[in-house]
Amino acid sequence: MSESTVRIEEIKPPSSDVGMIGWVRHHLFNGVFNSIATIVIFGFLIKIIPDFIQWAFIDSVWFTSGKECHAAQGACWSVITQNIRFNIFGYYPFEEQWRPLVAMIILISMLVYSRDWNRWNKMLGYAWALSLFIMGVLMKGGLFGLVPVESTKWSGLPLTLLLSFFGILMSYPLGVVLALGRQSRMPVIKAFSVVYIEIIRGVPLITLLFMSSVMFPLFLPEGVTIDKVLRAQVAIILFTAAYIAEVVRGGLQAMDKGQYEAAESLGLNYFQMMRLIILPQALKIVIPPTVGILISAFKDTSLVVIIALYDILNTTKSILTDPEWTGFSTEAYIFIAMIYYICCFSMSQYSRRIEKQLEYKHTPTQGP
Amino acid sequence: MLKNFLVGCSLVLVTAGLACAENGDTLKAVKEKGYIQVGVNGDLFGFGKADQKGVWKGLDIDTARAVAAAVFGDLNDRLHFTPLTAKTRFTALQSKEIDLLTRNATRTLGRETSLGLDFVQVNYYDGQGFMVPKALGVKSAKELSGATVCVLPGTTTEQNAADFFRSNKMDWKTVTIESTAELSQAFYAGRCDVLTSDASQLAGLRASAPNPGDYMILPDIISKEPLAPAVRHGDNQWKDIVDFSVLAMINAEELGITSANVDEMLKSTNPEIQRFLGVSPGNGEALGLDEKFAYNIVKLVGNYGEVFERNVGVNTPLGIERGLNALWTNGGLMYSPPFK
Repeated sequence: MSESTVRIEEIKPPSSDVGMIGWVRHHLFNGVFNSIATIVIFGFLIKIIPDFIQWAFIDSVWFTSGKECHAAQGACWSVITQNIRFNIFGYYPFEEQWRPLVAMIILISMLVYSRDWNRWNKMLGYAWALSLFIMGVLMKGGLFGLVPVESTKWSGLPLTLLLSFFGILMSYPLGVVLALGRQSRMPVIKAFSVVYIEIIRGVPLITLLFMSSVMFPLFLPEGVTIDKVLRAQVAIILFTAAYIAEVVRGGLQAMDKGQYEAAESLGLNYFQMMRLIILPQALKIVIPPTVGILISAFKDTSLVVIIALYDILNTTKSILTDPEWTGFSTEAYIFIAMIYYICCFSMSQYSRRIEKQLEYKHTPTQGP
Repeated sequence: MLKNFLVGCSLVLVTAGLACAENGDTLKAVKEKGYIQVGVNGDLFGFGKADQKGVWKGLDIDTARAVAAAVFGDLNDRLHFTPLTAKTRFTALQSKEIDLLTRNATRTLGRETSLGLDFVQVNYYDGQGFMVPKALGVKSAKELSGATVCVLPGTTTEQNAADFFRSNKMDWKTVTIESTAELSQAFYAGRCDVLTSDASQLAGLRASAPNPGDYMILPDIISKEPLAPAVRHGDNQWKDIVDFSVLAMINAEELGITSANVDEMLKSTNPEIQRFLGVSPGNGEALGLDEKFAYNIVKLVGNYGEVFERNVGVNTPLGIERGLNALWTNGGLMYSPPFK
């Protein structure tokens, strides 16, 4: 097709439509309303950006004590640099903090390596199992001469990543199972799924966290205590799974009935039908809302603050209660916001990538 | 009496599903595992907070260290801390997640009777006060009619302030912000005329002001906040141990024993000191502890005066005067029963 168009002599568009000017015209000043909006926004930016740069970079101090910070005009980034280890690792024993650091590096490199699913094979599965084991040993200790560190001391960024990684990893399959359960023809399974989903969706996450940390221990038999981090983790998984389930149900309902019938007519049983035909298509349709939920699950881990688990947001708050550093919350929160932004932005970028990769042939609901 | 206790205990069990400790249980369990699990505040500078290296510091922390010194005779990893919020602190004790609560908890009748716990000797007498900008020209809280008050929401602080303004027939407006740090920022930014909080906090908040000299703390104290460690109801031996660990610090100050001179004091001929330090035995056995438990407390942690000055005293950022927390001989409320 392109062959034929090449031969036609090209007529150049008017110079006001190409290049810099063209771009500006098309994107910033194409119409009265947009022109006004552009001018207002630019005016606003010109007003605040120099002040921000002055505050954040020119007048700022980076490696001073809190006292000097109070004297400084600009931002006090010292609140981060001087407290970085407590901010990131919290109560993890000071001399052992290389361990969560290594564990985080392993986790992130594994995630980065696994992003391309052409690399997904058995070996990678073993590699994941091995690295999860290594991470567990690093965090918990007690093996290979590592000092044991109880989970109550896990805090800061490692705790945030732990809660969100396992929260996302476990809640997704659980959510899919619940969604299938809700569609099931078996009344007991269906009823259970419906009740579960509706109850969990009917209460806020804070309630579940409170239940898990305040009520639940009271019902345990004498002498039995369940790890606080684990209890919060389970609450987060249960909560997220219910939301995933509803999203996946949306995907299942969007599937053409013909797909089910076709699968059945091929003689596939229920599990084959779901695994080979229905779920791959249904899950694909719901990638955007699923990622939305996973991102909010990541951010929701900061709610563990109310049960006094010290995730990275809470260690930051803790630093700010020190009289030396009280009053520099803006700087500290900007730093945390950047960490959250990096994580959430990577997740949404990744989801967009998957969507593109999966954009093959046509979507199943198309056609007459 | 025993019957009463059992009835009370089972009632509590039935109504709230609480665990009821039996006498001697906690000490045995603590000795078996080799450490005490302590519920603390994670964010209260001077009372319970970890420093940049994650080392726990504060008056409440030292109180727990005194108990550990009494029980074990050393402080080698004898304390495991669980940071707790105001809402989870009592449940953690009830559910046996922790053995001891030293988290600036105010002792009240309601808590003591309905929560299945026992408070022991107060380790800090606090009270609620007001901070104002000097420019406001106010000398007493009674002149605050019509003021806008910054206060933490949902706390006894808010309730106390409301009671105070109502009983003095004064108008007031509140600005409530959830976190103390941001609350104080709002105050310094001029969003309210008055900041009210526990007096122990006000001093620290004032220190963090852009210009501390511009603000003053009014002399009025409008509430009683006796902050005391707490243990589970029912284990009287453990309660006695915690109680007398706190009292030992106070008694040591009364007797003039410090961590520096405690070894010399062992040679003292004063029978009171001899009994206290375990030179003449009896006290330790009665509590089920080593005879030198008080010696260990003073040696490893210090007397109450040392602990106070180290954590919240005038040379710390909080800069708090002894006030009510001075010994009774100096006009304060700290008074120890005899150790005999």
